[in-house]
Amino acid sequence: MTTSGSDVTVEHVVRRVAARHRGERGALLPVLHAVQAELGHVPQEAIPVLADEFNLSRADVHGVVTFYHDFRREPAGRTTVRICRAEACQALGANSLVGYAREAGLSLGETTADGAVTVEQVFCLGNCALGPAVEVNGRLHGRVSTAGLGAILNGTVSS
Amino acid sequence: MNNTSQATAKVYVPRDSAARSVGADEVADALQLAAVGGDFDVEVVRNGSRGMLWLEPLVEVVTPQGRVGYGPVAPSDVEELLAAGMLDGADHPLRLGIVDELPWLARQNRVTFARIGVTDPLSTEDYVEHGGLAGLKAALARAPEDVVTEVTDSGLRGRGGAGFPAGIKWKTVLGCTDELKFVCCNADEGDSGTFADRMVMEGDPFMLIEGMTIAAHAVGASEGYLYIRSEYPDAVATMRAAIGIAREHGWLGKGILGSALDFDLHVRVGAGAYICGEETSMLESLEGKRGTVRAKPPIPAIEGLFGKPTVVNNVLTLATVPVVLADGAKAYQELGVERSRGTQVFQLGGNIAHGGIVETAFGVTLRELVEDYGGGTFSGRPVRTVQVGGPLGAYLPTSMFDLPMDYEAFAAAGAMVGHGGLVVFDDSVDMAAQARFAMEFCAEESCGKCTPCRVGSVRGVEVIDRIVAGEHRDENLALLEDLCDLMTDGSLCAMGGLTPMPVRSAITHFPDDFLGGRRTLEIQPVTATGTRTEGTA
Repeated sequence: MTTSGSDVTVEHVVRRVAARHRGERGALLPVLHAVQAELGHVPQEAIPVLADEFNLSRADVHGVVTFYHDFRREPAGRTTVRICRAEACQALGANSLVGYAREAGLSLGETTADGAVTVEQVFCLGNCALGPAVEVNGRLHGRVSTAGLGAILNGTVSS
Repeated sequence: MNNTSQATAKVYVPRDSAARSVGADEVADALQLAAVGGDFDVEVVRNGSRGMLWLEPLVEVVTPQGRVGYGPVAPSDVEELLAAGMLDGADHPLRLGIVDELPWLARQNRVTFARIGVTDPLSTEDYVEHGGLAGLKAALARAPEDVVTEVTDSGLRGRGGAGFPAGIKWKTVLGCTDELKFVCCNADEGDSGTFADRMVMEGDPFMLIEGMTIAAHAVGASEGYLYIRSEYPDAVATMRAAIGIAREHGWLGKGILGSALDFDLHVRVGAGAYICGEETSMLESLEGKRGTVRAKPPIPAIEGLFGKPTVVNNVLTLATVPVVLADGAKAYQELGVERSRGTQVFQLGGNIAHGGIVETAFGVTLRELVEDYGGGTFSGRPVRTVQVGGPLGAYLPTSMFDLPMDYEAFAAAGAMVGHGGLVVFDDSVDMAAQARFAMEFCAEESCGKCTPCRVGSVRGVEVIDRIVAGEHRDENLALLEDLCDLMTDGSLCAMGGLTPMPVRSAITHFPDDFLGGRRTLEIQPVTATGTRTEGTA
């Protein structure tokens, strides 16, 4: 393993988090969530450390990290906007919100070059009676119009 | 202005995330601010939601006549409402009347949802005062096998969608002799059009804890896991808080309520994988692995979490157990029709005027739900179809609206009640696009373990594209039919096995949409303040 500064930091964080969850059964997911909460993503350098901590192969850990949509391999933008595209929101024009974001130059799953915004799709936020729903940095918004999404993307709606 | 309110006025503002998504926090803040300013003596209680979601934020004021509702209240309305005498239940254009008497609510038969929206979800006093713990006490006074018998006799079937009798599953776990057994609650409510599990966790978390504890006593389990999807951060926070409070009160931990039962409960958060709503995938995920489906047998009741006997039930199933024990199997069994006993919590969503929770006995028709309770579409256009039971459920045309909600009647009609979620679409919907989406969703969310689901769904998208483009339409329709057969028969779990249901129902009931070139109707724009309030019935 290399010994650059960032590796030491990642390893330190991962080992500390793993220690915190040591007594739990099947703790890999809680640990991955905690690592992502601290570092903003699950960096590649974390994989061998996790493998060591959990007595797994690197391939096993890689398999888990890449299976779940939530775990990021790269940091997200400062604001994460998730547009619900499940059927209930589709019935109220969720796809027009996606179209609006695209017209504004924001493609699903990508982060703007300045690192300001990441726009993603999500399937169901559980706000099916008040769609279309959009989540902004964990905060749920209901009945979102294209104008409302515009305000969110421009940062004029606080999250 | 505030001449009659000498005593502190108690005002309820929901903390449910749907209510919060349309401004409930800001409304609560505005009310608190008025109290801090000393102008009004207000105590704000954050309750769950009554489930009349088009009225959210629904503010309720306690008056001698009952709780008077105002809604939907925008933060900017608060000042005017206070000035008009809201704290005394005074008249105002947003006044709805006594909430319990609103026809939409009064017509329902709320069993599982009886407390939700009424109480403060994290108040143990509220919980006990409104019947909480009665089921657990009744269960602890009886032998485990008697509790299992009670649940079996009630006719309670799994509310997660498959409808498997809960008591039979429990009996299998009880019959295992292992030292270590688990109770797992599947709270990975990923289906579009469903939000009842979320509302239970946010609105009445102790009920779920109580239900899981009863299950633990019934089967001899000592540990419980609650697997909540990461898309529900409010539910995660509320459940964690409730579990902490329950431990402090001796409702969890060692010697629960002075009995010999030891049981503790842990929250686990999913990581954005729809397939983890499937019970064996959820178990894999709980074990820290990729959420891939396990082949059955062995069933989880015999070899479940970490290879141990495990009860796996949905939130609504476990949340219904306390009332079954408190009121007895007979009372629950008397509700419903045929082999669909008790109540179902229907969730009205999508393009619907009055969306929300309708808990009523089985046997209610789709028409009653969509037209009477739902009030038609939100857009005001005609209803074209309703998808029942989630993304793997059938799209039904209005000609089938007299179908009663009953597991067997729906199965006979090529549909499923599933978890009781209804998603309404108006006439702007393109059913070929919806069928394509069903396949696309399966391709996106398949765990990848079995070929019919992993590859079949990708091929399904391609075939539908060719049909819509008019390429060898008849041959491709036959191919799609064949593919649907293969996915139904050859998939390991319901993800691939049921994806053909929305696809086939779209082709059967809306064949014209597959002829290509369906005019895409303009969807009525939804405005932020566009919630309709007229006619709460």
